[in-house]
Amino acid sequence: MSKYIELTNDNFETTTANGVSLVDFWAPWCGPCRMIAPVIDELASDFDGKANICKVNTDEQQDLAVKFGVRSIPTIIFMKNGEKVDEQVGASSKEVLSEKINALL
Amino acid sequence: MLDLAIIGGGPAGMTAGLYATRGGLKDVIMYELGLPGGQITQSSEIENYPGQKEVVSGMELMSNWPEQSKAFGLQHSMNEVSSITKSNNIFTIQLSNNDKVQAKTVVIATGSKPKKAGLKGEEEFFGKGVSTCATCDGFFYKNQEVVVVGGGDTALEEAIHLSHICKTVHLTYRGDKFRASPTTIKKVNNLKNIKIYFWTIVDEILGDNSGVTQINIKNTKTQKKEELKLGGIFIFVGRDVLNAPLLQKDGSFLCETNSSGEVIVNLKMQTSVSGLFACGDIRIDAPKQVVCAAGDGAVAGIGAIAYLS
Repeated sequence: MSKYIELTNDNFETTTANGVSLVDFWAPWCGPCRMIAPVIDELASDFDGKANICKVNTDEQQDLAVKFGVRSIPTIIFMKNGEKVDEQVGASSKEVLSEKINALL
Repeated sequence: MLDLAIIGGGPAGMTAGLYATRGGLKDVIMYELGLPGGQITQSSEIENYPGQKEVVSGMELMSNWPEQSKAFGLQHSMNEVSSITKSNNIFTIQLSNNDKVQAKTVVIATGSKPKKAGLKGEEEFFGKGVSTCATCDGFFYKNQEVVVVGGGDTALEEAIHLSHICKTVHLTYRGDKFRASPTTIKKVNNLKNIKIYFWTIVDEILGDNSGVTQINIKNTKTQKKEELKLGGIFIFVGRDVLNAPLLQKDGSFLCETNSSGEVIVNLKMQTSVSGLFACGDIRIDAPKQVVCAAGDGAVAGIGAIAYLS
C-alpha cells in the first residue's frame, strides 16, 4: 500500500509542481481530520503513480497554512502543475475526493 | 444479505455494532465515511463520562472504541449511505459509490451537524474565519480576538477552550440567561478574557479575499452597534439531524419523524418501520450525550437481535 507524501516548506513546491495533487491540511488535535485520515491513506494507494496525495501538518507547517489561507481544518486543496484549482473545507467521502482528482487528471 | 446495517459510526453506531455482534449477529456492517468516532471527537474536554475520572478530550475518550466495537466481528465500510428503502421486508442500502446492499435490519445513528445561524456572510466565509469547531480551528487565532455565538453548553465550553488560546473571546448571546450547565457558566464568568454580550446578535460578517476581517454586532435592547475588527467567528447555535438517508423519492421519510426531522422512536429505539431502529442524536428527545448515545446503541443492537429471532 502506497503512503501519502508528507509536505513541508522544503518539498512543497517540488512535489506539487507537476501533475495533479491533493493536499490535506490537518492537525493532530482535529477530530474531523483524524476521521478522514484512512480515506487519505486509501486515496494514496488508489492514485499511486497517477496523482500526488499529500498531507500538511498545520501545527508544524504554519507558513504553508498561512500561504494557502487555511483557517479551518481539514481543508483539502487540489492543485494542477503547481497551481491551486479547487478547495474543500471539512470532511468528505472518498468518492467526492476521487471524483475531484479524476476530473483534473 | 446483511443481518444488520448500521448507518453512522459515532458512540451510538459503534455500541449498536458491539452489542449486535457480541449477541450473535454475523453479517453486520457499520457505514462511516472515515475513522469512527463521531462528533464527540471535536470536544475539547469531557468530564462527565461515567467511569472516566480524568478530564479527557473527545478524541481521547473515543480512541479505543473503534477497536472494541469490532472485536466480535463488526465490519466497517468507508462508504457513505445515500438512501435506505424497504420493500418486501428487506431494506436496500444505496451507497454513494452506486453499490446497493440488502439488509434484514437497519440501525440509523447518523447524528447531527452544526446548524447554520443564517448570518449575513456566514456561508461566504465558512472555513475562512467562520467555524463550528473550536478544537479544530482555535489554533489559527492564537493571541487574537474571536467572536463566539451561542448560549448553550457547546458555545460556552468552546468559548472556554478558545479563552486558553485567544487574547479575547467576545461571547455573544441573543438572550440574557445562558442555557448551559451552572458549572460551565461559572467557569465562563471566572475567565477574564471572555467578554459577555447579552441581548446581542451578529448583524454581518465582513471580509475580503483572505477571509473574515470584521464582525458587526448589535444589542437588541439598546440598538447599540459595534464593529469588531477581528478574523474569527465560532458559531454554536444548535444542530440539525442528519436524516437525509431516510428521504424517499417522493420526499417523505422512510419512518415517522417530528417537525425537526428527528426520528420518532419508542423506548426500544424502534421506529415506525419494523426492523428499522434509530439511536443517538438523530432520535427525538436525545439528550445529546455520549453516554446516552451509547446506551441507545446498546438498546438498538439488542433490539435488532430480538427482531431477527
